[in-house]
Amino acid sequence: MISFTIKRLFQSVLVMLFVALLSFFLFNFVGDPISNMVGQETSHAEMDELRDRLGLNDPFIVKFGRFLGDAVQGKFGISYRLQRPVDELIVERMPATLELVFLSAVIATVLGVLGGLVTGLKPHSWFSKFILTGSLLGVSLPTFVIGILLIYIFAVTLNWLPSFGRGEVVDIGGWRTGFATVSGWKALILPAITLALYQMTLILRIIRSEMLEVLRTDFIKFARARGLKRWDINFGHALRNTLIPVITVTGLQVGSLIAFSIITETVFQWPGMGSLFIQGVQFADVPVMSAYLVLVALFFVTINLIVDLLYFVVDPRLRSDLKGGH
Amino acid sequence: MILSNLESKWAGFLDHDVTYSFLHSPTAIIAAIITVSFFILSFGAPFITSYTPFDPGSLDLMDGFIPPAWTSDGVAEHLLGTDGQGRDILAAIFYGTQVSLTVGLLSVVLSISIGIPLGIIAGYFGGITDTAIMRVADVQLTIPPILIALMIDGVARTVFTHSLHEVVAIPVLIVSIGIASWPQYARISRSGAMVERKKDYIAAAQLIQTPTYLILIRHIVPNVFGPTLIVATIGVAVAIIIEATLSFLGVGVPPTAPSLGTLIRIGNDFVFSGEWWITFFPAFTLVLLVLSVNLIGDWLRDTFNPKLR
Amino acid sequence: MFNKIKHLALASSVLSAVVIGIASPVYAEKILRYTSVADASTLDPHALNAQTSIMVASQFFDGLVMRNPKMEKVPALAESWKSLDENTWEFKLRKGVTFHNGNIFNADDVVFTIERTKAATSQMKGYVNTIVDVKKIDDYTVHLITEKPNPVLLDQLINVFIMDKEWSEKHNVTVPQNFKEEEETYAVRHVNGTGAFSLELREPDVKTVFRRNEKWWGHAANKSNVDQVVWTPIKNAATRVAALLSGEVDLLTDMPVQDLERIKSHEKLQVMQTPQIRTIFYGLDVKSDELRSSNVKGKNPFKDVRVRKAIYHAINIKAIQKVVMRNMSVPAGMLIQPSVNGYNASVDENRLPYSVEKAKTLLSEAGYPKGFSVQLDCPNNRYQNDEAICQATVGMLAKIGIKIQLNAQPKTQHFPLITGRKSDFYLLGWGIPTLDSGFIFDYLVHSDGSWNGSGYGSSETDAKIEEIRGVVDPSKRNAIISEIWANVNADLPYVPLHHQVIAWGASKNLTIPIEPNNMPRFYWAQLK
Repeated sequence: MISFTIKRLFQSVLVMLFVALLSFFLFNFVGDPISNMVGQETSHAEMDELRDRLGLNDPFIVKFGRFLGDAVQGKFGISYRLQRPVDELIVERMPATLELVFLSAVIATVLGVLGGLVTGLKPHSWFSKFILTGSLLGVSLPTFVIGILLIYIFAVTLNWLPSFGRGEVVDIGGWRTGFATVSGWKALILPAITLALYQMTLILRIIRSEMLEVLRTDFIKFARARGLKRWDINFGHALRNTLIPVITVTGLQVGSLIAFSIITETVFQWPGMGSLFIQGVQFADVPVMSAYLVLVALFFVTINLIVDLLYFVVDPRLRSDLKGGH
Repeated sequence: MILSNLESKWAGFLDHDVTYSFLHSPTAIIAAIITVSFFILSFGAPFITSYTPFDPGSLDLMDGFIPPAWTSDGVAEHLLGTDGQGRDILAAIFYGTQVSLTVGLLSVVLSISIGIPLGIIAGYFGGITDTAIMRVADVQLTIPPILIALMIDGVARTVFTHSLHEVVAIPVLIVSIGIASWPQYARISRSGAMVERKKDYIAAAQLIQTPTYLILIRHIVPNVFGPTLIVATIGVAVAIIIEATLSFLGVGVPPTAPSLGTLIRIGNDFVFSGEWWITFFPAFTLVLLVLSVNLIGDWLRDTFNPKLR
Repeated sequence: MFNKIKHLALASSVLSAVVIGIASPVYAEKILRYTSVADASTLDPHALNAQTSIMVASQFFDGLVMRNPKMEKVPALAESWKSLDENTWEFKLRKGVTFHNGNIFNADDVVFTIERTKAATSQMKGYVNTIVDVKKIDDYTVHLITEKPNPVLLDQLINVFIMDKEWSEKHNVTVPQNFKEEEETYAVRHVNGTGAFSLELREPDVKTVFRRNEKWWGHAANKSNVDQVVWTPIKNAATRVAALLSGEVDLLTDMPVQDLERIKSHEKLQVMQTPQIRTIFYGLDVKSDELRSSNVKGKNPFKDVRVRKAIYHAINIKAIQKVVMRNMSVPAGMLIQPSVNGYNASVDENRLPYSVEKAKTLLSEAGYPKGFSVQLDCPNNRYQNDEAICQATVGMLAKIGIKIQLNAQPKTQHFPLITGRKSDFYLLGWGIPTLDSGFIFDYLVHSDGSWNGSGYGSSETDAKIEEIRGVVDPSKRNAIISEIWANVNADLPYVPLHHQVIAWGASKNLTIPIEPNNMPRFYWAQLK
């Protein structure tokens, strides 16, 4: 267990280093920071002096080291667009995204697992067929189309829920939460459903096929032959054996939720990191882009690490290449 | 286990089993017909419609916002109406679908051409080569393709000036989406190569000292190709969605040569003012297209993996 | 696992019910929720001469003079004024006024503000460029000395917002932020004014909350019952309108013209309309020796007046008016609108006719029978349907062989191209708060004008522009103004498009005067 953890941890650090390098390239070779800092009246001599002062003439390895040092402390420079330190911006916007992702993950997991079980256990019932057809539509409907549709129905036509923003937020120790007010919850519903739908369908389909496979295995047949109760078979044996893919998929989907929140946030004017990033991309705001890249990679790596470690808790038989097969 | 099953099935693709299964699946038939129609209508657009929605010089602003032909203000020349710049929606959908399909197909081709060779090399040679390639794939697999595509597109935006960006927008999209999704193909072909490598005929080929590249090309590639293509079908649907999403976000195809996603973005401004057709028809087309491709993909997978039926 | 999830879901729903129950707020406060397309780039009142920035500044700050809803000049931080001689104005300042942080307002702050407005990094210099000296006579008396007699000094001072000297020194913001160099200073996100509202919350791009300043001197004269204003910029037009339709905001400016009818017909909403003092036009780089983005090398096609005329002839403004603007515009032949001094109806109402033939002929004469390519820079969140206007223009110019690469981007990216003179061809709109042509001359026609992205200008026109700054006699002054306009209208460094008509959408519970400068003043708002 310990050696495995250390190995995974080491790999995670390698991944982060790689992402940091990528992010560093983005920062240093894509846009000339100097041209973004000086006015047109600045002479070449002054620019060179500034370059020296900022350490831009240092050898590559020195610069990268400094970048790493800054990145570890969360410093990514000043946003070209908003003219504010990027770390401040991200910290400001993070709660909005995390709350949205959290609620979506809950919705997607609960409904996805339920739907997967129903369609897996009773694959031929009309209800399962209905859910499955619906799920295929769910995969085929782009997130932004769902968002527009929901706004049109629930915000404009029915006037039940707000169409944009987070509602009233309450500041709890620097964390602006929308969970503490009615308007905050109301504002969360549509974006969370929009974001959850695609992931829910994925989880549903994977659990269904896992269930179908497991139910065909010999040991389930054997359990049936032994006359065990259907409920015990389904939930005691079958479901437990589908747990590993469920954990993998759910874990990875949380990562995807963060990425897909970019679209949801754009449609609903949700003031999170995603909308910050997408505007960064539109304006070629390199500091924002590289900071977001590092941060999101950190999320993914952490999630992956947790997923890998969970394997051990769920199924200690596994030792080597844990990701193969699915 | 699934894979070996897929391969044996693939070997007899034109086997009457498959044909039989296709002919007895109404969903597959309808989906195939729709998909083929999309291909014909979009790539044959210059022969089907006389409108050239991508040529700004051919547009007349005075034709803007004409509703669909069957409504009271509609005109017969514009069956599905026009957008705010006087673009015929039907023609724009044809040409837009062409962009969507081009980006979808070419990016998957790119993913496959990166993924299959790397996967085969990893699977066939194993050892350190395998570890190196698959670690990179794992790393990339943890980050969703849309994010990678956004990043690559963002970099391209900084590198190319705005005036150049319009020209390179579509190639950049293809490369972004293509690079973003190679790892899944690498994984599949790796497993395939590992299975195949252990078979006797490969050992025999090795014994008579057939050059490795010939073994790879003659024996491994054909066996790996099939299963990969099945996954690639769904990959096309995913790529089309990614393209539409990027264009909707305003970082994909420019509005002067709109794809389906761009059309939806532009039309979105007119949803509340009654000009629903600008966004509705492209959105409907997009969903229909993706749904058909997904259905075909589903059918392929179920057919070659009958356990799940 | 399944059971755990079930418990978790159950627990969280119970928890949320509790939280909702506790936290339901009961508001006795009158909150005005406002949305517009874009946020202000900065809160520094002297850093940027842009409408959104001035709109925001006017809620937080006071000038010496202000306008009432009838657009008449009335006392603000100055209680009274008189001219001592033709170059000296005496202002008696209001006593007992404090800044939001409690600092006392006095003559030092006025002297400081005028100097700050004249600083190199100020973009509001145009409002104070005739003032050569500011003298503090006593704590509540100030003399402004102008270089020459200045007929529009009071109009100019309306937009010179008084900042606190002590506060600015403490936070090291004694000069405005250099918007062109994109650096952040304390005053970008912090405010200390004397105005009707103080800053409660500032999240750029997301939300700005204005809190009623109970100590404001002007509450008696300017009746408002608004306690708080929550301003949420919404970039997406559909989402913005959805917010108004669903009752989530009370006031919407930057109304998408296509949604006017729908809002009008809504039972709980109203539409207000007025002609705006803003004209939309294209600027062309007439100074550079070679355009940055064109395929014509070694020379600049825009230097040839025939090319500029060809572009003018090629634009079908009636089509833009009908289809893009839905009649919410008046085609323009001049860069100023009827209510501005210097307006000439015969020029404004007689645009060069729309004629593709004529345009092609002019292009051939200029030596470009096959046209050329050039980039058009366009804002996409500033003027009504700005991007759609540019897109339509791309099509119209394609018909005469000019191939356009459209570069549509947000105003924060677009404006520096113009003020930095980095654009070949751009869309711009100009409003005139002083209602006098001198204002537009200073910024757009003078060769040193800070928004003169065309590079147009000559020493003669510069001299005339400088001359009218000091002419008080109206007939003499207006004669020079017409001379300058005659030059501009003949040279066409700017191709006029239309005068905007503005429309606001609002809840019927809200009463607020709509203003031709498109700036809602929250201190006039009444909420039911």
